[in-house]
Amino acid sequence: MAQQLLEVQDLHTQFFTRDGVVRAVDGVSFELAAGETLGIVGESGCGKSVTALSLMRLIPIPPGKIVKGSIVFDGADVLKMDDDEVRGIRGNNIAMIFQDPMTSLNPVLTISRQISEALELHLKMDKSEARKRTIELLDLVGIPSAKKRVDDYPHQFSGGMRQRVMIAMALSCNPKLILADEPTTALDVTIQAQILDLLKNLAREFRTAFILITHDLGVVAGMTQRIHVMYGGKIVEKADTAELFANPKMPYTWGLLRSIPRLDERRKAKLLPIEGLPPDLIAPPPGCRFEPRCQYRREVCREKEPELVHIPNSKPDHEARCWGTQQGGWLVDTDWRKEVGDTRVLEEIKQEVAQLPPEPKPGDVPPAPTAI
Amino acid sequence: MALNTPTKPADPDYVRVRSTATADSGKNLLDVKALKMHFPLTQGIIFQRQVGAVRAVDGIDFFVEKGETLGLVGESGCGKSTTGRAILQLYKPTAGEVKFDGVELTRLGGEDMRKMRRRMQMIFQDPYASLNPRMTVGNIIGEPLEVHNLARGKEKTERVQELLRVVGLNPYFTNRYPHEFSGGQRQRIGIARALAVEPEFIVCDEPISALDVSIQAQVINLLEELQDRFKLTYLFIAHDLSVVRHISDRVAVMYLGKIVELADRVDLYERPLHPYSQALLSAVPIPDPAVESKRKRIILTGDVPSPVNPPSGCRFHTRCWKAQQICSEVDPEFIEHEPRHWAACHFPGV
Repeated sequence: MAQQLLEVQDLHTQFFTRDGVVRAVDGVSFELAAGETLGIVGESGCGKSVTALSLMRLIPIPPGKIVKGSIVFDGADVLKMDDDEVRGIRGNNIAMIFQDPMTSLNPVLTISRQISEALELHLKMDKSEARKRTIELLDLVGIPSAKKRVDDYPHQFSGGMRQRVMIAMALSCNPKLILADEPTTALDVTIQAQILDLLKNLAREFRTAFILITHDLGVVAGMTQRIHVMYGGKIVEKADTAELFANPKMPYTWGLLRSIPRLDERRKAKLLPIEGLPPDLIAPPPGCRFEPRCQYRREVCREKEPELVHIPNSKPDHEARCWGTQQGGWLVDTDWRKEVGDTRVLEEIKQEVAQLPPEPKPGDVPPAPTAI
Repeated sequence: MALNTPTKPADPDYVRVRSTATADSGKNLLDVKALKMHFPLTQGIIFQRQVGAVRAVDGIDFFVEKGETLGLVGESGCGKSTTGRAILQLYKPTAGEVKFDGVELTRLGGEDMRKMRRRMQMIFQDPYASLNPRMTVGNIIGEPLEVHNLARGKEKTERVQELLRVVGLNPYFTNRYPHEFSGGQRQRIGIARALAVEPEFIVCDEPISALDVSIQAQVINLLEELQDRFKLTYLFIAHDLSVVRHISDRVAVMYLGKIVELADRVDLYERPLHPYSQALLSAVPIPDPAVESKRKRIILTGDVPSPVNPPSGCRFHTRCWKAQQICSEVDPEFIEHEPRHWAACHFPGV
């Protein structure tokens, strides 16, 4: 494999609160090549934003702390750097686009001041140079009459325009990596389409690596090359984008895909929600994090946590964290599209299974099903 | 209507189908005509004079049939929430008629209106803000019962427990406070509160947009079940077009205070007539890379203009790729181009 731009190994970020230790990120490893786009998908509280903040060393200490792991960016371990060194990278080599453009811009500084600050600091430009570059950047992200608007304050911009300003700011120092944390969640659909289009073109043009963090499977489908699905502080499935949607191998991913109505749905079928709530990260389930909500769970799921391993019947780089779908599991041949979670059908199957004589199961899969 | 007699057994394969017969006003639960809701903009400290108005809703016509779900979509600031509130008379409309079951609501006085309120309820967007943090769940759900003199004392407690069961919560949660619940559970409490007075019509104002993806489906399913069980009529306000397609029978698209298109669900999503609807639909990402790579996206330029000073003629002409001279001069009429398919555009079509 080529030289990776970013290598995250076994990252653990925890928050020490009065109620206990919140294991927000609990052993996350991934890597990213230069110019690659990666999507991290998950629900709120699954640790995706904390992962991004950890990469930038922006976790508030206390209560937070990166307990374990390494983040090697461009050959250097971010976690071993002192504050000055981190500041040299932050905004310079790694930039971040935050979710809420309303709160992430400083309301009392003009746009020009906020963007040129980074230029003056990192690229040692003088004031007039920085201003010129700022106007170029605003032009680049599609702000009309940038020359006039550069001295406006954030409140004079609409939400979509503010997000463009954020993107201009992120691009200002030609970073190698941009972390976009829910960049379009606060925006309307038509504006979201504009922003996604812009990000896509910029990524192509500048060959910047992107990590796109979102809860919206639709957004990552059209934007990224690879996707990692996170649940309860862990990565539960890794695959390239086409593979993940065509051939997902983790019941949580199935649940996500089945529970959202699609714009192109013809038949008005019932949605199949994932029952229950996301896990409490102070006291996560001992085995698989998804076990309490999983309709396919078995005894082993509660006892032992599955590893993130390659899954049979899938592409070589497709990995998932599930006892059921890994080699020898009981979900290896399950077609998730046909498995509609119809409880009545399940009852029938259960009855049929109950009538069958007990059969010794091959391989390493332990005991009888608690639920099918 | 007793709460504990389900009319339809839980059948997972049950696909909801409703007749799409043409409208006759006898079936309409709600008739809205030329509804306007303007919010004055004033200047001056003591002597406030009006210098303009935010035309949040600026002349809309539609009807909602008994038992159906009308979806109302549009971007933020287009007036969809204002429409919902103006219908329930939470705002006093500037002009226009709102007929609920034949009764003109805009002219009703306090007591008469309160009686009507029993028949129409609202579910709010933010379950964190719409429940009083100092009231127990029992009090929150029980309050409408007392206000409308429906139940008191022990009877009330029983009703509250029954309602909690109906929305899928533990009936013994009555003494808990809202902060003890997750977002999805709070939204269920909000739904139970709306159901308490056995309404016929519920305005759902973005009921799921504050919830997590995996929880959204639970609430959508609950709303659908309740509709079948209690023969409810919904006005479902949302900005998520996929969800609206899923839950609605008919869909209205709003832009800057006007309804630009209104049609049966399938017609609107498969053959949108108004360019704004077309752009809106094309902008929604579909979670399928194979489909996504083949789709052509219409990217609108610019932002939604201000409702204080909306563009002349067709309000969409500033962002429309089909716009011609006439569009900036004449406001297009809201016409039935195909049976039950209305649109306000000079150049409608695919």
